[in-house]
Formats: sequence, C-alpha cells, structure tokens
Amino acid sequence: MSITNVFSALSDPTRRAIVERLSQGEATVKELARPFAISQPAISRHLKVLEEAGLVSRRVDGSTRPCRLRADGLGDVEEWLDMLRRTMDANYDRLDALLSRMDDAPR
Amino acid sequence: MTPLTLKLDGDRHVVVTRRFAAPPEKVYRAHLEPELLQQWMLGPEGWTMPKCEHDARPGGTFRYEWTDGGEGSFIATGEFIELVPPTKIVHIERYHLPELPGPTPDCRVETYFEADGEGTLLTARMTMPDAESREAMLATGMEEGMEASYERVDRVLGHG
Repeated sequence: MSITNVFSALSDPTRRAIVERLSQGEATVKELARPFAISQPAISRHLKVLEEAGLVSRRVDGSTRPCRLRADGLGDVEEWLDMLRRTMDANYDRLDALLSRMDDAPR
Repeated sequence: MTPLTLKLDGDRHVVVTRRFAAPPEKVYRAHLEPELLQQWMLGPEGWTMPKCEHDARPGGTFRYEWTDGGEGSFIATGEFIELVPPTKIVHIERYHLPELPGPTPDCRVETYFEADGEGTLLTARMTMPDAESREAMLATGMEEGMEASYERVDRVLGHG
C-alpha cells in the first residue's frame, strides 16, 4: 500500500462516496451501486482502485463478495492531515487574537 | 471564528479554509510582517520563532527558525512568487528537519484573502510538485501502528 495510491484513490468523488458508505458497514456491489447513476461494473472498477490502495477488502459470501473498509488503510494520511490541522488550528487561533490587537493603519 | 476546514483535492493538493473577523488588509499584513508572524506562526504550544527573515517581494526569500526552548528546533525556507496586496500570496516552502538528511520536497502554497462581510475568508491551496513528493512529505513524521478506527474516514474526507 502506498500513500500516493490512497490519495489518488480518494481524488475521485464516486470513490469518496463509496468509502463514506462503507464507513457505515459492509456492502455488496449492488448495494453500493444503488445511490449512483452508474452501472455495477463501473462501481466494481472503482472498488478495484480502492482495493489496490489498501482502503477496501472483499470477502466471498456465497455468490456475493461484500466489501468492507480496511481500518488501517487511512492511517498515514490521517496522521499527517491531523498534524497539519492541529498546527494550523493553533496558529490561526493566535492570529485571531493578534488581529484584534492590531491597529487599522496599513503600512 | 469558523473552524478550519482541510480537504484533499486531487492527488496533489490540500486545501485549507478559515474565516477571520478582521478585514483582508489586516490578515494579509499578519502574513508578511516578521514581527507579526513571530506572534502567531508558532505551531504547537510552547514553541517560538526567534528568527524570521523575510524579503516579501516576488523572487524574495524567507527563512523561519523555530525552537521549543530546549533540544527541539527546525527551519523553513522558501521564496515568494507573487504578492497581490491584500488578496493573494504565492510562495514555495520546504522544511529542514534535524532528523532528515535533506529538506522536504518543495511545496507551493497559494494563499487567498477574500472579503467576507466585515471579515476575511482565507483559502490556502498547497500543491506538491508531484504525487511522489507528496508521499515523501507525508512520510515525514509518520508513525506506524495507528490505532484502527472508522472515525478517521470522516475526518480525512473533511467532514469531521
């Protein structure tokens, strides 16, 4: 699994929607295709990209292959984004305070 | 003010937005004047920026040095590409971390300051040179063995 794959996998709005749906629990291709105006084969292609990025895994259950989110798939990306978010949050809170102290005269 | 939002955009961009009560002129100034930057661009609690060298014109360079007052320190350097007061700053930045042999890949940052009522909507769009470099940047400061949780999906997708 590579972080680049995770990013490009998540760059597509349909795949983001699939990931969001799967964050609520396991689903079959048929169930995943329902809210979208695209075919099941198209959903299957998106799933393959998500699978290759390590975000989704599939199991065999009779004639269906339900998909689920891999809990570890987003780890590195989330860690970095969290770090960035925490840093910027702290910075911008301080900037709020500074702005309220600044005079209005432009330099 | 309104909380920060942070979203991935394509495989090369991260977009951050934040609202401020002050007008764009003030928020723009706070991004360019060293004595103002040293009061807010500090990262985690307890860090300071003792050095802030800043040549705010196209082609001009900057250098920030942070310290936690003890062993911890790191440096950022970069160049200004475009300055349009008070609406836009474009710069390149890279980080020099003591634990890494070289600097992190160049990151291009476009910062927009839009009037929003009496305040400002700030949008910072960060662009990596390519997906590989973003991966290298992401790899800095990463830890293995993250706690598994589906909650992170919302946060990564920007709904958190």
